[in-house]
Amino acid sequence: MFAGFMLGTWMVGTLAALVAGVVGVFVVLRGSAFAAHTLPLSAFPGAAAASLVGRSQILGMVLFAGVGVVGIARLPRRDDHDVGTALTLVTLLGLGALFLSLTNGYASEVYALLFGQVLGVGVRDLTVVAIMGAVAIAATAVFYRPLLLTSISSELAEAQGVSCEQMDVIFLILLALTTVMTLPIVGALLVFSLLVGPPAAARMLTKTPLHTVLLSVVLALLVTWLAIALSYLTNWPIGFFVGALGALAYGAGVAWSAWRGRSRRDVAGATRAI
Amino acid sequence: MAVRDAPTTSALVVDRIEVVLGGRPIISNVSFLLGRGEFAGVIGANGAGKTTLLRTILGLERASQGTVQIHDATGSAGRPRVGYVPQKVLLDPSLPLRARDLVALGLDGHRLGLPLPSPARDRLVAEMLEAVDAQDFADERVGTLSGGQQQRILIAHALIRRPVLLVMDEPLASLDVHSAASVAALLAHLAKTQDVAILLSAHDMNPLVGVMDRIVYLANGHAAEGSVEEVLRGDVLSELYGHHVDVIRVHDRIVVVVAPGDPSATDHATLLSGGRETD
Repeated sequence: MFAGFMLGTWMVGTLAALVAGVVGVFVVLRGSAFAAHTLPLSAFPGAAAASLVGRSQILGMVLFAGVGVVGIARLPRRDDHDVGTALTLVTLLGLGALFLSLTNGYASEVYALLFGQVLGVGVRDLTVVAIMGAVAIAATAVFYRPLLLTSISSELAEAQGVSCEQMDVIFLILLALTTVMTLPIVGALLVFSLLVGPPAAARMLTKTPLHTVLLSVVLALLVTWLAIALSYLTNWPIGFFVGALGALAYGAGVAWSAWRGRSRRDVAGATRAI
Repeated sequence: MAVRDAPTTSALVVDRIEVVLGGRPIISNVSFLLGRGEFAGVIGANGAGKTTLLRTILGLERASQGTVQIHDATGSAGRPRVGYVPQKVLLDPSLPLRARDLVALGLDGHRLGLPLPSPARDRLVAEMLEAVDAQDFADERVGTLSGGQQQRILIAHALIRRPVLLVMDEPLASLDVHSAASVAALLAHLAKTQDVAILLSAHDMNPLVGVMDRIVYLANGHAAEGSVEEVLRGDVLSELYGHHVDVIRVHDRIVVVVAPGDPSATDHATLLSGGRETD
């Protein structure tokens, strides 16, 4: 499992888990799970279109994730934020279906884009993924406090002169970067589970935001490494393991926090906000 | 209403302002002064113009006439600091955020970069927590605290940058009677000890009557301003409402009764019963 052809998978997986663990904390704190589900599925038609015209999948995903960010951020949101996000999701997912039907590629390729694959993540992509990861981590560090403040309470943030709209766009861009890094391994349908499971568990077990970020990264790394290893050994899809282990991490978090005798209100609140 | 001679110590000078929204004057000819160390309530029923007045002071609405000035004691250049506590701050109980973390964000939450460990910052946070008497629950998750405890944390969050003026929108609205009284007393105390002018809006004046230095009583877009004794009188409020009004003291409570037959009487009846809902 540590053979040379797996090197790309381990390295890209590790970078993706690092970034997903950090950015996922803000997904959970902001209650933006739907956006975290929409962006991977927005990036997916980009990968499909890229295969169609024989260009780099990463480039295609970046372009389409960008369209997704604009869609979520700019569509009418006064009444209901979710409607704009849902509209973005169905439009781009529909395009993805079209592009895939036009490709006369193998079904396994489609399957890999949606459900992930452990093999064939090239070392060639590593530089691009590493640069994106570095940008995502650096941007999170730079905007850490305003992002946190707007995640806690938009009213308080505005009162302190922090623009919630700007922070929303920055958050979506971070999410798009994470998506593009994570999608090739985990698959479009399950990027989401890596962005929600580990940080949701970390939130229950920690009391300060920095600790939440650290624990979330540790859990995301464990989930990803285990998923790669198990998928390699069993030949089952990696997406299954990421989804199952992500849920398991959260379940363990709930159990641990209940066992430690935290107030029941805590647990109820955390479950509700997901 | 005559404006007191503006002493140089006034943190806030509101001078004959009129604010027009949607072609309709919401407040007109409202004037008052507030010095550092003073605690004042803007009192009025729903729709009397409290929020508009606060928003104008915060610079979020423009006065079509008159001026709002905020003065720094040092006379230093630049816009003096104004702290603001919004009305509805919903803090999720599952937030992994201690009360002291939220106070620290009041100091530097708008800044870029990671918060590096800083003893000076920790000391300032500890001082603020002590000032609002919140040391006992400083390490609890802020979302799990009671309404009154959260209000203390929000006050510390707003005061930690040492504003000359602190504006609060209905901070007592969702509190039970005891919490409302203790937060009101705390604010009066903080105004003196932190040398800050504090202005809050409230539809129920009763928790504030014993502790506020000044009252700005709004009705129909006009204001009666002065000390509690000067304003809460039948003749003063009758003039403000434009018809006969009685100010009645029952037990420790003050009730303003508007004569029946007035078209806006139901509105004011809500104001009067404002005290009841917290009992």
